[in-house]
Amino acid sequence: MKPFTLVRPTSLAEAARLSAASDAEIKAGGVDLVDRMKEGIDSPKTVVSIVEIAGYDRIEPGPPARLGALATLARIADDAGLRKAYPALADAAAGAATPQIRHMATLGGNLCQRPRCWYYRLEEFECRKKGGDDCFARDGENRFHAVFDTDLTCCCVHPSATGTALLAYGASLDVVGPKGKRTLPIDRFFHRPVKDPTRENTLTAGEIVAGVAIPAPAAGSRSAYRKLKEKESFDWPLVETCVAFTLSGGTVRGARVVFGSVAPTPYRSMAAERALEGGTPSDALAKKAAEAAIAEAKPLSQNAYKVTLAKVELERALRQAWA
Amino acid sequence: MKEKIRVGFEGDFQFREIEIAAGDPAPWDPSQKFSVVGTRQPRLDGKAKATGEAKYSIDVRLPGMLYGRILRCMLPAATVKSLDLSAARKMPGVRAAIALAEPGEKLRFAGQEVAAVAAETPDQAEDALAAIRVAYEARPFVVSLDDARKSGAPLVFEGKTETKTSGGDVESGGKNLARHGNVLGPRSTVKGDVDAGFQKAAGVVEGTYDTQVQTHSALETHGLVARWEGTELTVWASTQGIFDMRDQLAETLQIPVSKVRVITEYMGGGFGAKFGPRVEGLAAARLAKEAGAPVKLFLDRKEEQLASGNRPSARQTVKAGATRDGKLTALQLTVYGNGGTNGGTGTSGPVKNVYACENLKVDEYDVFTNAGPGTAMRAPGHPQGAFALEATMDELAKAIGMDPLEFRLKNDPSAVRREQFRVGAEKIGWKDRDARRKTSDPEILRGVGVGAAVWYNTGGTGPRATVTIHKDGSAEVEHGVQDLGTGSRTMVAMVAAEELGVPLDEVSVSIGDSRLPFAPDSGGSTTTPSSAPAIRRAAWEAKQALARAVAKEWKVPAESVKVEKGRVSAAGNPPHEATWAAACKLLPSEGVAATAERADNHEDAWKRFTTGCQFAEVEVDTATGKVRVNRVVAVHDCGVPINPLTTESQIQGGVIQGVSYALFEDRILDRPTGRMVNPNVEAYKIAGALDVPEIDVTLVSVWDGINNTNSVGIGEPATVPTAAAIANAVSHALGVRIRQIPITPEVVLAAVRERDSKGGRS
Ligand SMILES: Cc1cc2nc3c(=O)[nH]c(=O)nc-3n(C[C@H](O)[C@H](O)[C@H](O)COP(=O)(O)OP(=O)(O)OC[C@H]3O[C@@H](n4cnc5c(N)ncnc54)[C@H](O)[C@@H]3O)c2cc1C
Repeated sequence: MKPFTLVRPTSLAEAARLSAASDAEIKAGGVDLVDRMKEGIDSPKTVVSIVEIAGYDRIEPGPPARLGALATLARIADDAGLRKAYPALADAAAGAATPQIRHMATLGGNLCQRPRCWYYRLEEFECRKKGGDDCFARDGENRFHAVFDTDLTCCCVHPSATGTALLAYGASLDVVGPKGKRTLPIDRFFHRPVKDPTRENTLTAGEIVAGVAIPAPAAGSRSAYRKLKEKESFDWPLVETCVAFTLSGGTVRGARVVFGSVAPTPYRSMAAERALEGGTPSDALAKKAAEAAIAEAKPLSQNAYKVTLAKVELERALRQAWA
Repeated sequence: MKEKIRVGFEGDFQFREIEIAAGDPAPWDPSQKFSVVGTRQPRLDGKAKATGEAKYSIDVRLPGMLYGRILRCMLPAATVKSLDLSAARKMPGVRAAIALAEPGEKLRFAGQEVAAVAAETPDQAEDALAAIRVAYEARPFVVSLDDARKSGAPLVFEGKTETKTSGGDVESGGKNLARHGNVLGPRSTVKGDVDAGFQKAAGVVEGTYDTQVQTHSALETHGLVARWEGTELTVWASTQGIFDMRDQLAETLQIPVSKVRVITEYMGGGFGAKFGPRVEGLAAARLAKEAGAPVKLFLDRKEEQLASGNRPSARQTVKAGATRDGKLTALQLTVYGNGGTNGGTGTSGPVKNVYACENLKVDEYDVFTNAGPGTAMRAPGHPQGAFALEATMDELAKAIGMDPLEFRLKNDPSAVRREQFRVGAEKIGWKDRDARRKTSDPEILRGVGVGAAVWYNTGGTGPRATVTIHKDGSAEVEHGVQDLGTGSRTMVAMVAAEELGVPLDEVSVSIGDSRLPFAPDSGGSTTTPSSAPAIRRAAWEAKQALARAVAKEWKVPAESVKVEKGRVSAAGNPPHEATWAAACKLLPSEGVAATAERADNHEDAWKRFTTGCQFAEVEVDTATGKVRVNRVVAVHDCGVPINPLTTESQIQGGVIQGVSYALFEDRILDRPTGRMVNPNVEAYKIAGALDVPEIDVTLVSVWDGINNTNSVGIGEPATVPTAAAIANAVSHALGVRIRQIPITPEVVLAAVRERDSKGGRS
């Protein structure tokens, strides 16, 4: 790890100003950032710690809910009000990483963490995400990589479990920047690497996620989050699925279907959403939606099995949600 | 002296006359009433380890100590063109820099050592590596076993084969073997005539089985702290063999053995990869000499994954035949093993030594690739071999329409293991395993599988121990053995306490120092059967010394003094009797002591393999391919277990490592660049707490009379059959054969597709 200066501002506005410099980085729980610094893939000159700034760790379950960016995954997982209104978010937080990590990991850090692609994470591979010319995964070892949106500049998968759930709930982010505040719908937060693979979200220099607002679910709303991992301890998911919809008069309305760990962003499947709209819950409907979803998949050389997993897991998530 | 002893196991004892070395006690008899041996004793150092009070070699910090770091070449095949350390030497804090490769030298895997530096802080050392000017010429490389076997493949060794082996490694087969391209061998074994055997068979099966590279991933990494005082070198090492380390350091550095001292007070695991100083240990010693200050050089996790050894991968083809009534008629194994730049990849132990078969043919080839060198790992070759053999046994049983367990029992020459199979079958519920295949969830199937363990019961001669009995009745043992974490320290104390009849908490133990009496390397499950007999003998001789001292005080002949548990007596007129404490009070202030050497193994003892078997019950999600191991029943022979608690924990560890091998672990090399993409413990997946099944351990005590304690090692047999049993269980659940590990969701989904396309049962 290279030497750096740690600064501990007392307000987010000040943190935003300090972190606007290109050689500065925000640190919340530090689970991801410090790891990258130790591995030699990031060497900020200034580390701006926000974790002690008061007032941003609140959880107001609502609904509508408001969560501070410094709320930890452990607290989100344990909040009874959140679990009642937004079970998929609680499950996403509860299933991420390990108990120790969940006590350190913050919501903002979870949304803004960098991908786990092994080429990106090893200093000896100068990949596109680090400004290099190659995506090593495309023709290399890609068993855990993307199966959707694989024709872009980078085929990593986005690791954020909370991002997957919040996208399904149509949340929005409160953002504080050097020039003030703005509200950013989560649909516009994640960045597809169409041209630029060096970032995963649309925050601009110095912008910090201050909190998240989740709209109140409509009457009859249902949601579910599932993840599939090879190992139960200390592993990253192969596929995450999150669904949210309302059941009104026995039919599915306004479904949002999101996959995690299968694309460079949490991946909304509009095709599955269309297939569900107006349908009556049944195994056949689940199958139809899952088939519609995976019709868009373009797996790489070693990961076609993840498409099967996405299909199975989406069917199960739907059955779980309307059960 | 000839003595009649009882050998065998519960329900099956026999008498045997064996020759016992003068001065050595006869092996304990099955009727022996133990007071310490056989009791469940927590590790003496358990609390120190749990609280962090125990200082491992990696925790050692000396005044003025420097930090060493190694520069590695990240090309899989390269020639060093030039190497210039001068700029690195001038970097802040740098006190020494040495070359580990010379210009012109060929490097053969990504991660191979090139140079090393020592600096005042780890960060300064890291920065200094970046200042080393080195130029390489890249050469063509090959990293996959399939590619390496092709004609015209880039050659890992252009000239002669330059493998580097260390203690515990499997013999690579000697210099006489031919190498064609990257393929060395075969080493062949022939017994009878397999072709004739296949002719006689009513059923013949053949299958090819793939196993991956597994890394040792011990918690404590490789390395040592080296300190010179004048011409004397002391190292604090993480090693499985402090005496072997001492001798190799002396030889390589060309200093007298007497000038080298190796200390391993506590150790964080080795699994076969920690013999000798290796590159990093020698580098530390040389850097310390050059700098004139102590140097600490421990690998980081990434280096550990790249260059500290691994269990080679293998592609095994097994063909076997049996008669209609279930007798094996022929068994044939052809294996291509890949240990990167090392050989010794054979897997034939189980095929040769588990089931009886008159006609046997084995051909073992080493395939070289540009990958980190394989080295001995917990039962070298055996988990691989067991996986292929036990799958074959299941297939063959099916082909002749026989229950797979019955088929095994018919062909198993070991009475002990036949008993173990019966015990395990009862516990796992073998009889109704077919009925339990279906679960309440139609997508989840259950399966039960079995595998046999085999290992070699070989303690070695040479170990010495000193036992001192103090005037207050307490006792001390000095024995230089290192405790890898297996519980050796506690074992040493228990054996002495048993023989002396002194309470365990009045025995203190000094281990882990090459200045103490010689002790064995810890490899091949030989530690306990090598050490325990030496300790028992020393304690026995110390008791005789006590008897002589007491006899002098009592003025009776020494032969008339009897030392029993807690009591010393002499018949005669008048008779003498004293408690242990009172008798010891008669000793001079220095107490009495004896140093004894372990006697040879009793050649005429009951010769046998160490046996065991494991049964696994799994649940398989047929839609996602995910496997969950519910339960492993492990039935093992550990001779007469000295400490059942740590014996069981060795077996649990073996099972956990086996589960991890069966389902998760895999060193993944990037084909285009030849580099490992998961050199960590995040993407290199190791079973965690939630992945560990319920483990049910049964120990079957066996008295073989081979040494005075009937002790046998257990580290290795404990992991031999786990993956085999799990793979058989998954195959049973699915109704289709699993032919590769790790059994990932992808592998299971492919097997399900194969089954469904053949219209197999569901
Ligand atoms: C073994 C393991 C398994 C894991 N499994 C999962 C999993 O299954 N699912 C999952 O989702 N995660 C998983 N994680 C990741 C873990 O949840 C994240 O690393 C963690 O949430 C990061 O939070 P943090 O507060 O520590 O972030 P930090 O490390 O402090 O920050 C991460 C990044 O986000 C930026 N950042 C932090 N806060 C803000 C903010 N408020 N506004 C703008 N930028 C910000 C930082 O600059 C930094 O670049 C796993 C991690 C490990 C080690």
